[in-house]
Formats: sequence, C-alpha cells, structure tokens
Amino acid sequence: MALPQAKQTATDARLAALTLPEGGWSVPARRDALSRVQAMGLPGARDEYWKFTRPDSLNAVEVPEAEAFEAHEAPIFGDRDRLKIVFVDGVFDAEASDDLSLEGVEIARLADAADIHWAQDLYGTLETRGQTPVQRPFAALNTAFATDGLLIHVTGTPSKPIHITYTHEGARSDAILHHVVKVDAGCAATILENGPAAARFNHVMEVDIAEGGALHHVRAQGRDHARRAVTHVFARLAQESTFKSFTLTMNGVLTRNEAVIEFTGDDAVAHVAGACMGDGDFHHDDTVFITHDAVNCESRQVFKKVLRNGATGVFQGKILVQPDAQKTDGYQISQSLLLDGDSQFLAKPELEIYADDVACSHGSTSGAIDEDSLFYLRARGVPRGIAEDMMTIAFIAEAVQEIDDESLREELVDRVEAWLARRRA
Amino acid sequence: MLEIKNLHVKLEEEDKQILKGVNLTVEAGKVHAIMGPNGSGKSTLSYVLSGRDGYEVTEGSATLLGEEILDMEAEERAAAGLFLAFQYPVEIPGVGNMTFLRTAVNAQRKARGEEEMSSTEFLKTIRAKAAELKIDADMLKRPVNVGFSGGEKKRNEILQMAMLEPKMCILDETDSGLDVDAMKLVSDGVNALRDEGRGFLVITHYQRLLDHIKPDVVHIMADGRIIKTGGPELALEVETNGYADLIAEEA
Repeated sequence: MALPQAKQTATDARLAALTLPEGGWSVPARRDALSRVQAMGLPGARDEYWKFTRPDSLNAVEVPEAEAFEAHEAPIFGDRDRLKIVFVDGVFDAEASDDLSLEGVEIARLADAADIHWAQDLYGTLETRGQTPVQRPFAALNTAFATDGLLIHVTGTPSKPIHITYTHEGARSDAILHHVVKVDAGCAATILENGPAAARFNHVMEVDIAEGGALHHVRAQGRDHARRAVTHVFARLAQESTFKSFTLTMNGVLTRNEAVIEFTGDDAVAHVAGACMGDGDFHHDDTVFITHDAVNCESRQVFKKVLRNGATGVFQGKILVQPDAQKTDGYQISQSLLLDGDSQFLAKPELEIYADDVACSHGSTSGAIDEDSLFYLRARGVPRGIAEDMMTIAFIAEAVQEIDDESLREELVDRVEAWLARRRA
Repeated sequence: MLEIKNLHVKLEEEDKQILKGVNLTVEAGKVHAIMGPNGSGKSTLSYVLSGRDGYEVTEGSATLLGEEILDMEAEERAAAGLFLAFQYPVEIPGVGNMTFLRTAVNAQRKARGEEEMSSTEFLKTIRAKAAELKIDADMLKRPVNVGFSGGEKKRNEILQMAMLEPKMCILDETDSGLDVDAMKLVSDGVNALRDEGRGFLVITHYQRLLDHIKPDVVHIMADGRIIKTGGPELALEVETNGYADLIAEEA
C-alpha cells in the first residue's frame, strides 16, 4: 500500500539526510531494513501507535538543539567494579573506555566487526520479528543506519557488569546506536547503560538468550536537558531463560522506550520495569509488547511515573498470549503519581489471550500523593517537602524492586533523591 | 502544658460545626482522659490540635507551653513537642520504618536547633526501646505499618512516641483493635513515658484502657463540648451507666 503523500515526503527527507553504511556483513540486513522503513514510512501523529506521543521531532531532518546539562555529580554506576565502555555523541571512545576483554564475554564494535561474524545471524533479526503485529519504523531506521554499537557475546558469567555510558557534547548531535547481545546457554551477564547519549538518540538493543541463560539490564537515562530519545529493546527468550530490564528516566523533552519481548521456550521469565520523573515539558512514553508463545512463562511489566508542572506520561503495554502458551503468568501495572493538576498520564493497557489456562492481570492508575499518609509523616515532624519526597520514593519502590541487585537499587534511588532535592531547592 | 480555650471548629468542606467551645488545660505530669460517645468530637479535637487539613478553627486558641499552635504547620507542632498516636495508623508501602523514624527524629532536632542523632546512636536507642515494647527487629526494617497487626501498629505508635520524646502526647483511641495482652504492652509503654515534664491526653471510649493508664482527670465530651470533668471515678460511672444520664443532665 502506498504511503500517504505527507508521510512519504517526510520519510524521504529524513532518509535522504542519512548515509547507509556500506561494506561488511551487516549490509544485507541494513538494505532489508531500509526497504522496510520505506514501505512503512516514519510514524506520524495519525498513527495509532503514536497517538499519545508526537514523533515530529524524531522525524525531523534537522536535530532540535539540546545543550548538555551539567549536573555536577559523578556518573551513575561509576563507583562500582565494571567494564566501562564510552560513547560520545554516539561514537565509541576508545581512550575513555576500558580494554574490551573480559572473561566470559566477547565484545566487538559494530563498526569494526569483520566480514564474517556471529552477529550476522542476529543483527536486525529480532527487530524484524518485532515489526509484527505492530510496526516500529524507528527501529528499522536504526538497523539500516546505525553507525556504531556493540556486539556482545556472553559465553560464560563475567565477573563484573558491562557498563555502557553515553556522553553528550554536541548541541545538535544525532546518534544512532545498535547493540546485539547473545547469551549462550547457561550463561549470565549484567549490562548497565547510562547517559543522555546525544541531542537526539535512536537506540536499539537486540537480545537473544539461549536455554537457561540470563541477562540483567539496568539503565539510567536523562539528566536535565532537552534531549530526545527513542529506544527499543527486542528480547527473545529460550527455555528457562531470564531477562530483566529496568530503566530510570529523569527528564528529557521526549523519551519513548519500547520493549518487545518474545517467549519461544518454556519456563522462561521476563521482567520489564521502569520509573520516570519529570516536570515541565517532559514527555515520557513506555511502550511494551510481550508475546507468550511457550508454556509456563512469567512476564511482569511494572512502570511508575512521577509527573509535575505539566509533564506527560504515557504507557502502552500489551500481553499477547498465543493459544499454546498455557500456564502463562502475566502481570502488568502502570501507575502515575501526579504532583499537581497540570500533569497528565495516558495509558493503554491491553491483554489479548488465546490460551485458556493462564493467570494474567493488569492495572493502571493515576493519582495524587495520599494526604493521610502525608499527614502521618508530617505529624511526626517530617517537613512537607521531605515527606512528599519520601512518598514519591515509596511510590516508585515497586518498580525499583524489580532490580535484583540491591546496590544498584540503592544507587538509582539515590539519584531520584538527588533529583527531588534539586527541585526542592 | 496544653491550654485549649473556647475552641470552635467546623469542617472546611461543609458548614458543619464539630467543636463548639472546648476548654481544657492539661498540666505537665498529668494524664487527662477524654471520654464520650461516637460523634462527640474527640477525634476531631486530636486532629485539629495536631494540624490535620480539612478543619477550620472559627474561634478560640490552643497553646502548648505558652505558644499558639493553631497557626503552625503539622510538622512545626510536632517539633514543638506535640505527638498524636493515631487511632488508625496508616500503612505506607515503600517507606522503611527505620528510615522514617530517623528522618522524623532528626527533622525535629533540626527544627529545635539541636544536634542531629548519629546513625549509631539512633540504632542503639531504637533497638533498646523496641525491645522494651517487644517489637521485633524485623518490624523496624519493614515499611511503615505495612503488614502489621492492629497491636503491632499501636506498639509502633508508642515506639515513635518513645523515640521522639514529645512534651504533650495525645492518644486517640489507642485501645481500639487491641487484645488484652497488647493493651497491657501498649499501656506499659505509655506509663514508662510518664514523667513530671510530660502531659497526656488519652481519648477513649471505654474504661478498660484507663485500668492500665490511670488518669488524673477525666472529661466527658458530648456534642463538641466538654460537659463534665471529674476524677477517675467519672470513668467508672460511665462504664456503669453509659453517657445518656450525663448528657441528659447537661441538657
């Protein structure tokens, strides 16, 4: 079907401004992705899947300006023993990064990978599978045009997390990064990500986890500036595997985080969670699609949003249970805490179930801070501002609890507390 | 200690007068009890004194150690030495009991210009006081009141009182939801805090709490006013005859 003229024009203009990387094993996948983008067209305000989030600035040929924000605080995850990998405005920074060798994992740059590479079978594969039943043009755009990224093959259990940190310097930088993660059977790793990455950031991570494998993914996005980001995590889970992903987002004019999870093996577990804090023109969108196509798998979606001064939060979450996916345990909760009457939360929770022996539930709420609880704290002498912060931290606790590692949980909560303190100051 | 003069209060959201001229003085070192039927304004009095929103003081005053408290925020009243043990303590998921209490202790100290309590000192103190109240160490680590039984919630209230060391303690129907053993524990905790420098206002429906916390003065409240004041024997009279005769007598 031909694209509407306006969409065609916008897509053509955007694609014309980009250069398809040539040479190497990824070329067929890139060309295939390009043809998909051309067929789908980039999303517009009339697309159902983008009705709560305007994609204009993500489509625009010219990158909207976003000055880097100086937070005067040490980078998150910086104090722990980890393998540090740095990207500056979307370009790998070898000097700032550690040596990429670590027992239990093989890491290569997308830009460096030789002609024949294990990632050839995966690059763009999960992204392509994730294009149905819902189209995700920005992910296809990413597969076609990604200029850098990491190919991470987990072959054992690395002794420390792989920490990818993104630094933003250019006021109009436009980064497109694509990571591929393959976890071998019985292996386990933790990937940490943080940083604003660029004025505009298009991020894709494809994760393929073999039988009994596990990947823990924790990222912190944001800081206080006008950056825009669209991210996709595509995960495929084999039998008895585990995938847990948590994202903390603090500010940013526009963030759309999509997670597309597919169970292909029985008895697997996937948790996707997130918390965000924003005010003013902050717009944050979590869009999740989980497909159960295996027996006795567990999925959890836990999202909490704290919004004020006109901020907007969006949640679109779906659990699709295929006919053979008996004994599915699917849970989905999305809640927002509106700290004033100017903010809004838009939610579209969905269950689509074709199996008859499942336990799936979902809930979505938005509300203000509970006045009874607030009074209780204040009646003990806790000043209103601190009491509100305590209640806010308490509100996001259920999502933060989805992170297995207590020290990571504490570090993220510390960041949230710092964010709240800055606003109270 | 606490001096309430001609206190008139109505609900903010509706034109309904709840307190209609309460006069009450609680001296340091004394325990005053307020008894009264449902709807007489007992809990409203405790909420108004502690600074809960939703009430409008239309007339009168309330001073704590000579300082007007009705103009203060709730947290300022707490720092000034007022404590309300809630009838129904709220559960606050996600806020650790210990974190909350330490924040409260130090916020009050800061407000009074005192030095904050160190982590070590706080831990030592809370563990000792929790042991006295037979509060399990695990309860301290849990979120505030979450999953606590009725008795545990009330013991937690008394633990907070013990940690914050207020000048004036208001107990709002602390006996509700308590079995005999829990009542004894909670009462022992309260009695341990009785001293010459501290006043208590015990709000209750029944005499049985007053068997454990012996009051110096008993007030009967009805229709937003204190209609009778006497000694401990007044509570026994209520226990035997109910409120009807007293209310009729007043009318």
